[in-house]
Amino acid sequence: MGELKLMKGNEALAEALIRSGCDGYFGYPITPQSEVIEYLSREATARTGMVVLQAESEVASINMIYGAAATGRRVATTSSSPGISLMQEGISYIAGAELPCLVVNVVRGGPGLGTIQPSQADYFQATKGGGHGDYHLLVLAPYNVQEMVDFVKLGFELGEKYRNPVMILADGAMGQMMEKVELFEQQTRKTSFADWATNGKPKDKERRIITSLFIEPERMEQVNLNLQAKYKAMQENEVRYQTMNTDDAEYILTGFGLGSRIAMKVMELAREKGIKVGLIRPQTVYPFPYQVYKDIAPKVKGILDIEMNAGQMVEDVRLAVGDKTRVEFYGRMGGIIAEPDEVFNYFEKVFLGDK
Amino acid sequence: MAKAFGEIIIDIDKCKGCELCIDSCPQNTLALAPKINQKGYHYAIKVQDNCTGCLNCALVCPEGIINVYRKIVK
Amino acid sequence: MTNPISINEVPVNPEIIQDEYLIYKKPSTLTDKPFHYCPGCGHSTVHKLLMELVEEIGIQSDIIGVAPVGCSVFAYDYMDIDMQEAAHGRALAVATGVRRMLPDKYVFTYQGDGDLAAIGTAETIHAANRGENILCIFINNGVYGMTSGQMAPTTLAGMVSTTSPFGRDVKTQGYPLKIGELLSLLPGVAYVTRQSVHTPTNVRKTKKALKQALEYQKQGLGFCMVEVVSNCPSNWKMTPLESLKFVEEKMIPFYPLGDLKVPGGK
Repeated sequence: MGELKLMKGNEALAEALIRSGCDGYFGYPITPQSEVIEYLSREATARTGMVVLQAESEVASINMIYGAAATGRRVATTSSSPGISLMQEGISYIAGAELPCLVVNVVRGGPGLGTIQPSQADYFQATKGGGHGDYHLLVLAPYNVQEMVDFVKLGFELGEKYRNPVMILADGAMGQMMEKVELFEQQTRKTSFADWATNGKPKDKERRIITSLFIEPERMEQVNLNLQAKYKAMQENEVRYQTMNTDDAEYILTGFGLGSRIAMKVMELAREKGIKVGLIRPQTVYPFPYQVYKDIAPKVKGILDIEMNAGQMVEDVRLAVGDKTRVEFYGRMGGIIAEPDEVFNYFEKVFLGDK
Repeated sequence: MAKAFGEIIIDIDKCKGCELCIDSCPQNTLALAPKINQKGYHYAIKVQDNCTGCLNCALVCPEGIINVYRKIVK
Repeated sequence: MTNPISINEVPVNPEIIQDEYLIYKKPSTLTDKPFHYCPGCGHSTVHKLLMELVEEIGIQSDIIGVAPVGCSVFAYDYMDIDMQEAAHGRALAVATGVRRMLPDKYVFTYQGDGDLAAIGTAETIHAANRGENILCIFINNGVYGMTSGQMAPTTLAGMVSTTSPFGRDVKTQGYPLKIGELLSLLPGVAYVTRQSVHTPTNVRKTKKALKQALEYQKQGLGFCMVEVVSNCPSNWKMTPLESLKFVEEKMIPFYPLGDLKVPGGK
């Protein structure tokens, strides 16, 4: 059993960054995740020698990540929606140059300057691209403070396995809430680095070039084909999700992160009333667990998807189930978190008819 | 008095005929060839046997294609 | 391959063509790939000088370069060292990441005026202001070269470009930006010098400045910038020799050569 602590999501994530042997953090303050850089500024360097640098902008911080990741080191940045929008250029370059790193989005309501309250409206941006070009991040969606910690370690490991940027798609609620969390042991920082890392040309070996520029179309297409093969391997090997009460379920509630947390409460309310409701919670939203939805669709009367946005992940759910079952959606926007009661009322209305 | 004898070798296939070497040569040793190379440029050649190996041409040559030799005879 | 010796109009003296008399050849730290730059372009001269120094100081395994977006986007094709390609304007942020991870290596950026002084101004000023121990090589030719001749922040007043076809009107298009002078005001900056490569003497001085900057970096003195006032014959619509004359007569009077800041000095 690891060390148990009561921690705020952002601080737990920062602690996990230190413990995962992270070599460098480059960030820019933005609500609701500024505690990450504050915590790291207090704690990190003295404990592990990790570099913590406040950049002049998110544009700069993501490019510092590019340079630092290209040396083969474990590096991370965190931000919230408007800042992540600014980073999209850099993220596209990082994906193109195939650099492992961790980018955390503690999502707030948008569009524009929006609100500082929690939201899940960056699902499309996180899973369908965001920046230019045919690329994907591997996207992990935590639903509690424990996963804010666990996904840091997992994220670094997956990023290095696939030489791909990984995003933790959290939200303001995950960042700000306090929960009991079990912390993993301090990992030692890396001392050997990948062959592709630009650490200084080894004697008698080829120089290394980190670039996303391939001017010949044939070469550029090959680079894209290699990326697509990598994404396919992720789809085959890295899909992660949790199911609850699906064995006897007549209805499925679903959502990622915060939405799935609310769905769990709604499931309890329904089960209390004898309604057989189960739950599917994707932990990876890219790659998305299409198969689990596809398999369950013919066995249930309907799926209700709950998100704090206008309906984004629901498109992937619909893609998975086709016409095999009804898919309904309940969402709140603008930083409002849905109450389990209001969601249950909606569930009853759409699936069980008006009372 | 010591005298410097210079000699240059130009990799003419990589020459782009910019004439910077010709302009920089204090001895007027160089000129553009009437012929063109495989890139389609008139290339620099030695037209006088009076090179002192002063290095000017090699210093300004953007392509780095001039090797310079210098022998000092006392 | 034509035998390079045989094409000369006058015969070469084989007695002098001996290894012991060889006083200049392209450094081994440059690859064999022919430069893609236009005839007479200063870019490759600066590439050559930097790689001569990497060879002479013996730091091929200890230096990491960051290439920009602009004409020198392919700098890594020619420099036989570990290199990274940055997004447009972000070279100094990328180099900051490298520097912070590799405190014992040499780190440089190679940037043009559009990259460094327009889209990347924020990254430039803040890297300099943090005193990042990085050498920034800044090629100032007063024009966007790669996109074929648009106005740069450094374009001289009245100078014609494709986006200032009647000459840069400072009233509506702003003034040419002296980024070197600007950076020399920052306490984190150790060394700013402005040089050129339009004559053999100036080539020697630029090499000396680059060597000096690498020495300062080794000493950990902070941010160093070597600005090179250069030419762009293609986009200035001039022959290479005419472009050197323009550097001498128009560019240098506005961008005077010399040290703008030295460690412990002005």
